[in-house]
Amino acid sequence: MSDFLQLIISGLSTGSIYALAAIGFTLLWQASQTINFAQGEFVMVPAFFILVGSQVLGLPFPVAIGFGLAVAVFILGFVFKRLVIQPMLPHGHLPIVMATIALAILMRELVKEFYSAEAQTFPALFSEETFTVFGAVISHQDIGNLAVSAAAIIALQLFMGRTRTGRSMQATAQNPGVAEILGVNVQRMVLYTFMINAALATLASVLISPIYLAKFSNGEPIGLVAFLAAIVGGFNQVRGALVGGLLIGVIDNLSAAYLSSEYRIAGPMILLIVIILLRPQGLLGTSEGRTV
Amino acid sequence: MKQLKILGLVAILAGLIIAPFTQATYGTYVLSSWLVFTVAAMGLNLTLGYAGQISLAQAAFMGIGAYSTAIMTMAGLPWIASVVVGMGLCFVVGLILGYPALRVQHHFLAFVTLAFTTLAFLVMRNEEWLTGGIYGLVGIPRPSVAGLSLMDGTRYYFFTLGVFVLASCSFWWLVNSPWGRAFKGLRENPIRANSLGVDTRLVTLLAFAIGAAYGGLSGALMAPLVQYIDPMSFTLIISLKILLMVVVGGSGYFFGPFLGAGLVIMLPEFLRFAEAYYLMIYAALVVFLMVVCPSGLLGLLSRAIAAIRSREPAERGDLKEGAQL
Repeated sequence: MSDFLQLIISGLSTGSIYALAAIGFTLLWQASQTINFAQGEFVMVPAFFILVGSQVLGLPFPVAIGFGLAVAVFILGFVFKRLVIQPMLPHGHLPIVMATIALAILMRELVKEFYSAEAQTFPALFSEETFTVFGAVISHQDIGNLAVSAAAIIALQLFMGRTRTGRSMQATAQNPGVAEILGVNVQRMVLYTFMINAALATLASVLISPIYLAKFSNGEPIGLVAFLAAIVGGFNQVRGALVGGLLIGVIDNLSAAYLSSEYRIAGPMILLIVIILLRPQGLLGTSEGRTV
Repeated sequence: MKQLKILGLVAILAGLIIAPFTQATYGTYVLSSWLVFTVAAMGLNLTLGYAGQISLAQAAFMGIGAYSTAIMTMAGLPWIASVVVGMGLCFVVGLILGYPALRVQHHFLAFVTLAFTTLAFLVMRNEEWLTGGIYGLVGIPRPSVAGLSLMDGTRYYFFTLGVFVLASCSFWWLVNSPWGRAFKGLRENPIRANSLGVDTRLVTLLAFAIGAAYGGLSGALMAPLVQYIDPMSFTLIISLKILLMVVVGGSGYFFGPFLGAGLVIMLPEFLRFAEAYYLMIYAALVVFLMVVCPSGLLGLLSRAIAAIRSREPAERGDLKEGAQL
């Protein structure tokens, strides 16, 4: 029982990090119908921006995080939107899918060639000390990760719901045509969404890199989990992505512990197919109308 | 115009027949693998370009075809039997995999087929008793036709060319038959196609299943060509590569996959000097191409032709104005 509790809590902790990536993913989808197949790489790369800041430029670690965040928001937010996504938007889904897949390969190769092919240790924000509750060993890191992601998600929700800019962003996501007529600068709101996505990815990167180490090949599993979380929860809901992320984190942890390691990834994959077949709008999502 | 087209086709075919005699063994091998991948890309073009259903599972179907061929021919059965089984298997799996396409669209379909490719890879890697696991299957025999052994590279090339021409002709027939027009109708406007009496459920499923069968055929040609298969040849990356062939060439154009497969297969040969940077350059080129011309190379070409044509009878704005007055 205590083992089980322990697995649940550490699952929730990694799940909350997955949720950050998944929320960014759904935000992009809502704002611009962009399916970002490079989302995993968006989480992988900021860790290297920060490592460049702290090791190459010699910045102290907190400053390096700020540096990494700024670079990520500029490159993965602004440049990505302006140079890659914007020209392709009028041409439908397929070119964006292809381009983001290629972008993922490009980012992976760049990190491998110009930084290192080896896994890099990454300083943890929280101590690895543990304490015991009901026989379950829980680390400060797990609790810290959970708290930081929860704070980020609550802040995001408040921003989206309570500020003028946030509501304009929601309006843009729901109906860009009407939003524009009502005086919302649609392109700017979409740009903000891309920047928020980059910031969320950076946060996820900072939290997850101490656990998995920073490595060029980390993006693929993280991206896959982000897709899974977004689909399981519901593509058009921030709440859904949150629930999906937590759920996947826990299921992944449990299946690694109790099922065969050879078919570990098969569990979430089958879950994905079942969800898409039975409830394509996701557990919490509402179905999108179709147009003739 | 039509005669010109036929003449061009004959010239290309003649070029393909002469080609191996100008090439060393390796050149012939590259040409053969171009033919093999074109067959797979052609199948995906039906699913994606004509019927508008995205699929990331083409490599898995190639895998199914390749493994059935390898297992059966190594057990002493004739190649043709293994092709029938491999294509049949792909057809059935394609029908099943197409089922989600009846309910969901676009990105969801991409994820379902992506999950399928991952699952197929896991089975190929883990079921050692059947597939040889991570080490794969070695020593796949090449078939012989009418008592003539095809172990020689050039002979196998001609065999592949024959199957390729056959596959292309049936594809041409398929997309120009009333059936094929239904595929296009599905892509352009599923609801209108439905209201005009097209059984969209059946057509969607068939688009998947026939596309999958072409993947199986391609796998069945590939296994004897390389004579060695392992699970790494059928991963998601290969699915993406085939998808890339279709999109770069121009999806929905009959000759799109031919051109796309040629580029994707030949490009590594041209980029050989770049060595470690090869994948980087490749990925950057794809991003660039998608940003600049999302409809693929043939789409770019037809846009250019349309632009030239429309210039010829110049717009007479003055006459229009006069007619209105």
